[in-house]
Amino acid sequence: MKIKILGPGCANCANLEKATKQAVTELGIDATFEKVTDYADIASYDIMRTPGLVVDEQVILSGRVPTARQVKDLLAPLVG
Amino acid sequence: MSAALQTSARRASVRRWGGLALAAVAWWGLYLANQPFWDWLLGSVAGLDLTSRLGSGVHFFFYDSVKIVLLLTGIIFVVTVLRSFMSVERTRALLGGKREGIGNVLAAGLGVVTPFCSCSAVPAFIGFVASGIPLGVTMSFLIASPLVNEVAIALLLGLFGIGPTLMYVGAGLVIAVVAGFVIGKLKLERHVEPFVFETKLRGKAVDSSTDLTWDDRIQMGLEEAISILRRIWPFLLVGIGLGAAIHGWAPEDFFATYAGADNPFAVLIAVLVGIPLYSNAAGILPLVDALYAKGLPMGTLLAFMMATVALSLPEVILLRRVLKPRLIAVFVSVTALGIIAVGYLFNAVL
Repeated sequence: MKIKILGPGCANCANLEKATKQAVTELGIDATFEKVTDYADIASYDIMRTPGLVVDEQVILSGRVPTARQVKDLLAPLVG
Repeated sequence: MSAALQTSARRASVRRWGGLALAAVAWWGLYLANQPFWDWLLGSVAGLDLTSRLGSGVHFFFYDSVKIVLLLTGIIFVVTVLRSFMSVERTRALLGGKREGIGNVLAAGLGVVTPFCSCSAVPAFIGFVASGIPLGVTMSFLIASPLVNEVAIALLLGLFGIGPTLMYVGAGLVIAVVAGFVIGKLKLERHVEPFVFETKLRGKAVDSSTDLTWDDRIQMGLEEAISILRRIWPFLLVGIGLGAAIHGWAPEDFFATYAGADNPFAVLIAVLVGIPLYSNAAGILPLVDALYAKGLPMGTLLAFMMATVALSLPEVILLRRVLKPRLIAVFVSVTALGIIAVGYLFNAVL
């Protein structure tokens, strides 16, 4: 699973990354993390509020910082 | 749904709305008790003369701090819950295909009701423009959003009442509509960084406003109130501190002499001073409150506040990522001119 954290490097992005890493560990998923900080790249995912969470090139969340449990709920169905 | 599930759903709903009602009553009680409490504590217990400089300054500081924190918590909570039904994505969809003119009006109105933080100004700008929304309409949205915000409305309402609040909101909307319209008419598209137009929107926008339960929305309201208070408390303390100092120590006619209604340059100077200043309504309004009590005209004060919250150095630096200097200069000057006009108009009619 390829996970991207979208955001210009604000506190929210760091919190999103932390929650996602925790969810990934708890689910036991094999995932790679990448930070996307360039505005042009962020915008190309059509995200208008940072931070954004992209899994395998699909935007699954934007504009808020979820808890690790919420990320787990979002990721669980994507584990094939 | 089984009977057991229904009972537990009903119980959850009683807990949710009952809790909210209790919180509202507690809020109202604190709000009413605020002034008598400080009168009693500072006047009777501490023995301060509340008409003296020190006494009135200290009283202003504590009374205003509590009042403003209460107002902010209450109104941010309510506004966030209401706004959770809107989203930037929905706003963009509503603006899609609208002509300039009507588009500017709609964009300014939506700028007020859409949950939006200026920290997202850049991605939102790209998302709007790249999806074909005209530059001027996008600017109307970006001007209205910080200018007419829930913090400003909460505090104006609490400190000055409904009249000045409506004036402020109306003026803010007019400035956003007109400034955006003018920027659109000036055909400045080539002063937008080219990558914005080249951005291909390949993703599918996620609308974060759907699929929320009432519990989610209430949770969001609480989190937002706490996070805004955490972000603005330094501004608030400095603002209230300055306000208290002015309240207690500044000579009665000092400001009125230099920046009163007789000085034709007062609005102009207030706006020029306010533009580079970075603060938010929470830091500015206690000052405005104290200066108003010292006899400064409302138009000058509102213009100062608008210039401070709508335009700032950090915001300009942020927008530089997507706008070239010429367009930034036009954006700042058109908005500033609008604010100056509003200041003089209010001073003339009030």
